[in-house]
Amino acid sequence: MSSADDLLEHVKRLLGSDVLDSHSQCGDATVIVPLGAARECLRRLKLDAELAFNVLIDLTAVDHLGREPRFDLVYHLASIDAVPREDRTAAVHRRLRVKTAVPESPCAADSVCEVWSAANWFEREVFDLYGIEFRGHPDLRRILLYDEFKGHPLRKDYPKERRQPLLGPRN
Amino acid sequence: MAAPAAIPSRRQKGDLHTETQLISMGPSHPATHGTVKIMLEIDGEQIVEMDVQIGYLHRGFEKECESGTWYQAIPYTDRLNYNSAILANLAFCMSVEKLLGCEIPRRGQWVRTLASELSRMGDHLTRLGAACLELGAMTPFLYGIEARELVWDLQEMLCGARVTSNYVRIGGVQREITPGFLERLSSSFVRIEELLRDFDRVVTSNRIFVDRFRDTGMLPLAKLIDYGVTGPLLRAAGVPLDLRKAEPYLVYEEIDFDVPVGSTGDNYDRFLVCQEELVQSMRIVRQCVPVIEKTAGEPLNVADPRIRWPAKERVFGRMEELIQQFKGVTEGIRVPAGEAYAAIESPNGELGFYIVSDGTGKPYKVRCRPPSFANVAPMRHMLVGGMLADIVPTFDMINMIGGECDR
Repeated sequence: MSSADDLLEHVKRLLGSDVLDSHSQCGDATVIVPLGAARECLRRLKLDAELAFNVLIDLTAVDHLGREPRFDLVYHLASIDAVPREDRTAAVHRRLRVKTAVPESPCAADSVCEVWSAANWFEREVFDLYGIEFRGHPDLRRILLYDEFKGHPLRKDYPKERRQPLLGPRN
Repeated sequence: MAAPAAIPSRRQKGDLHTETQLISMGPSHPATHGTVKIMLEIDGEQIVEMDVQIGYLHRGFEKECESGTWYQAIPYTDRLNYNSAILANLAFCMSVEKLLGCEIPRRGQWVRTLASELSRMGDHLTRLGAACLELGAMTPFLYGIEARELVWDLQEMLCGARVTSNYVRIGGVQREITPGFLERLSSSFVRIEELLRDFDRVVTSNRIFVDRFRDTGMLPLAKLIDYGVTGPLLRAAGVPLDLRKAEPYLVYEEIDFDVPVGSTGDNYDRFLVCQEELVQSMRIVRQCVPVIEKTAGEPLNVADPRIRWPAKERVFGRMEELIQQFKGVTEGIRVPAGEAYAAIESPNGELGFYIVSDGTGKPYKVRCRPPSFANVAPMRHMLVGGMLADIVPTFDMINMIGGECDR
């Protein structure tokens, strides 16, 4: 049994019926949780004394156009040594990918900014490029594109060639 | 005639101008290499509030990757971090290789390691040199840039380009090492060491420099972790997290090197950590050289023509290989459906690629986890309450690379 499978067993024990599905393709432990319970699951994964996923490495979305629900939110978590240590190098103890499906309407999920501050900008980016809103986000505005930009370019139905109007100076 | 009454000063009237001031720093400011806009509210010289606005260099990297083949995404990865393009190539190719489940020959791994460390040296030299320049010190900048130019000359010998390397390939590297490269490397390193010594003498204990760097831009360790900050910023705060040690990839497990750490996590510690990492990178490169010499003639690339097409001299002379090359170029490689995440230690921290394949010849999703993005996010907390003059050294040590942060 690989370490990814051990980890998945542990996560399943912790989250119980909230784990809809799991896999460890290429050695990456992955669990799928329901949208409504996602924030609570992520919080528990962070606070669990043994798992202790103290870092939100990455948050992104995938647009499965034509599938229902349409989007996947993909969280990459890691548990690292968070204390300065003299003796050896800090370890990355474990990594976990958490996915949750988001429908096209309402295209929204709960923000995890309270759980990890790193989520603030990552959620702004997903909102900007995929149009998924995050409930409870303290400052949800576009981050990479400008406010007047129409649409969300990483959606599969946004044509790559589309041009947006060039804006002059604002003053 | 009566003497004119003294005009009461504003201080006496109690309304000496004390409003805070709004300043827009950037997007084109000499110190914001790359483009970033920092909206500042200052009270005198103290920062009351700031908002970092990124995105000026957004070029739709992920969208572009989705429209080409897997191979066609590699040149785009060059344009993420112009200082360490090879590392971005490597991270992307490693994620695809993870999904393909292919193993690179030993010699290929050693060559990749050597190329990675050269790339890291170029990045750190730019960061350290530019930090001096932006504080008004021209001479150490020139030392740093001369050394970087020597590194980039080596990179040019390795892959034909100083900056946009396009060197690492899925299943190997672009080409065999150029004859004379290793000799050139050892002579360049002698000069680079001289330059680093000169740099060190001018900067490291320079009073002006130390005063600008020490005790500025600090953030409590818990907050750094909360923000997902990695790389030299985290190591300067005392956590020796380095993916080359924590999750060894390539051949780092067999190489002897140290991970420098700081204690307070201020800009001065960050500077010292980067300086020491340069020395460690040279140490790693020096350990790669004898192995690469010894394994001359062994394969660099995987032998599977569906992943890495055959060497040019075979393509031009043989039918079968010509067909394989043609199919490789026109159709691209088939990556099995699924998802994978691979991360490496880039000069700024964890650089990861999360890829999703639907089994066709094109990527369904290529997500780059840029270290700059996560490292810039807590910049506000590092600076609010500090002085206006702290922005430049802090920004330099965060080393935000616009191309990588904005993609």
